[in-house]
Amino acid sequence: MISIIIFSILLIIGFGYFAVNANKIRTNILMGRDVDRSDNKGERFKVMSLIALGQKKMFKRPIPAVLHLCLYVAFIITQIELIEIIADGLSGEHRVFRSSLGAFYTFMISFIEILSVLAFVATFIFLLRRNMIKVPRLNMKEMKGWPKLDGNMILFMELILVTFIFMMNGADEVLYNRGLSHAEQLNDESFGFAVSQFVGPALFGGMSESSLHLIERIGWWGHIVMVFTFLNYLPFSKHFHIILAFPNTYFSNLNPQGQFTNMDAVMKEVKLMMDPDADPYAEPEEPEGEPQRFGAKDVEDLTWKNLLDSYTCTECGRCTSNCPANRTGKLLSPRKIMMDTRDRLEEKGKGIRKNGKDYDDGKSLLNDYITEEELWACTTCNACVEACPVNIDPLSIIMDMRRYLVMEESKVPTELAGMTSNIENNGAPWQFSPDDRLNWKDED
Amino acid sequence: MAEMTANGEVPEILFWVGCSGSFDDRAKKITKAIVKILNKCDVKFAVLGAEESCTGDPAKRAGNEFLYQMQAMQNIEVLNGYEIKKIVTGCPHCFNIMKNEYPELGGNYEVIHHTQLIQSLIADGKLQMKEGETFKGKRITFHDPCYLGRGNNVYEAPREMLQKLDAELVEMRKCKAKGTCCGAGGAQMFKEAENGDKEVNVLRTEEALETKPNIIATGCPFCNTMMTDGVKNKNEEENVDVIDVAELIATAADL
Repeated sequence: MISIIIFSILLIIGFGYFAVNANKIRTNILMGRDVDRSDNKGERFKVMSLIALGQKKMFKRPIPAVLHLCLYVAFIITQIELIEIIADGLSGEHRVFRSSLGAFYTFMISFIEILSVLAFVATFIFLLRRNMIKVPRLNMKEMKGWPKLDGNMILFMELILVTFIFMMNGADEVLYNRGLSHAEQLNDESFGFAVSQFVGPALFGGMSESSLHLIERIGWWGHIVMVFTFLNYLPFSKHFHIILAFPNTYFSNLNPQGQFTNMDAVMKEVKLMMDPDADPYAEPEEPEGEPQRFGAKDVEDLTWKNLLDSYTCTECGRCTSNCPANRTGKLLSPRKIMMDTRDRLEEKGKGIRKNGKDYDDGKSLLNDYITEEELWACTTCNACVEACPVNIDPLSIIMDMRRYLVMEESKVPTELAGMTSNIENNGAPWQFSPDDRLNWKDED
Repeated sequence: MAEMTANGEVPEILFWVGCSGSFDDRAKKITKAIVKILNKCDVKFAVLGAEESCTGDPAKRAGNEFLYQMQAMQNIEVLNGYEIKKIVTGCPHCFNIMKNEYPELGGNYEVIHHTQLIQSLIADGKLQMKEGETFKGKRITFHDPCYLGRGNNVYEAPREMLQKLDAELVEMRKCKAKGTCCGAGGAQMFKEAENGDKEVNVLRTEEALETKPNIIATGCPFCNTMMTDGVKNKNEEENVDVIDVAELIATAADL
């Protein structure tokens, strides 16, 4: 009875604390400007199914894709076992589904065990890739400190989770062999689970009944405690992608990648300027709501999709390893743009929750996190957007920040100022007269 | 175009030459190759000449949305004035911006890239390559322009054209959606690069040279400049030519 109470409290705290933190992230994301992604529901569902559920873009790099798939499938299928753990925990039963599900139960647990072994191996290889083989994209300068620790902690937690599963099932198997398990004894001598029927006796075969019960309980409680630890770690970690990958791909930009957004605020002014019938002395229309900045200086100037992108990023670095600027030694790293956006949003969100809506800490995403040099190194080639396995768009953040620099602060590299003044004066980025546009016709 | 209108004629298609194609000496040759092909196939086309003005792409990519929209709206006024329905251009940047970004400002046209037009002319049997196999035995690698490939998913038209040349089409390790940028996009064409350890065009040229090509084929005047400079940087200009797909086809068709 005490264990049922402890379990219930654990359950409430586990889900409750997660809900509180997830809601903070939701509030942070909603600080962004509005963008309409409510259209084309069918197409969006398809994109989500292919990219998030189907992992389509992961398979551009087959080795990490297969390893990741092992973890991903194991993670999803293991949730089924979690249902039983929760049911057992609340009812005080042991393996409550086994007698009613019969062979299907054995199949499911066996399936989970095989996937868990694969996940264990994949996790181990992932640790090697991060720390021994040192895959370049996982060891760049923005990955120093917390991001590196975060990556390793997730992997260690996964190893521990799998270890607990086999302690639980392995020790229980030996107990069941001896007719001592708390599970209902059916007319057989083994649970018959694919892995633990061998691993259990091999590891725990010679142990006493009390040791076995202890190991089984450590496995059971350890597993559920780790599950809740993991769940509550997510909102503080890059690993939140396991949840946000789904909404993030659903709300993908469905336009061609080459198409950049049109700035409606600019359009109104330009139209007025070019309208011959416009009254130059007319009172300007009352703008609706607060006037918005042109472009983005801080996180609240970005769209909620940009901000959702930043929380979805799991720092894999495919964007950066494909970025032509980064590959040629420039400061720009699209992954750092996403990490900076998230870190600034976290900071700003905390400040606002503490000090009220109009809180200004005197800092901004531009300058305090992202420098002009990074922004101007971008060739807008879309390689980062193409590379992202969960359809994150670092380029639109870079563009909005360039817009702010140019249109609000007139901070433009000198040569580009020359280029734009050429366009203004003679309709071409170079100093040529429009009258010479047809010269090619008569040249050899 | 003004002439045609004065004569009461309507062109099938407007050839948007673009600033490079009008003013850059190397790109003018591409312009002429496109014109030769259009003439050969009896495509009734027009150009705007002095009435054409920068699409605003470099201004927009450099963050100057005001200047972009002023350029775009002026151009749209001209294009709508002539009731233009269909546009072909030799520049992927002009192509992308007119196809994708002009509609929101009131400019709705069917915009195609010159590789798409030439490919369809060849497919319709209007353009034949001459006998004698000008490019027999040559190794050609195609560098995907970002705003044609990733930007608008046009990967096959230029390749299908190159396959008509009877040359050996070799792909770079990073091609199509994975293709590396030449380094000119996003208004980089008009400025010095930020500090780093290499120029982007040199990186891309190295990737191209890995395929041991005789010709690096391009579909964009900016890429052409960047790759030509890259080949010079590698001292390979004796061995490797950088040529637009339109020029290759014009040569192969003996125009």
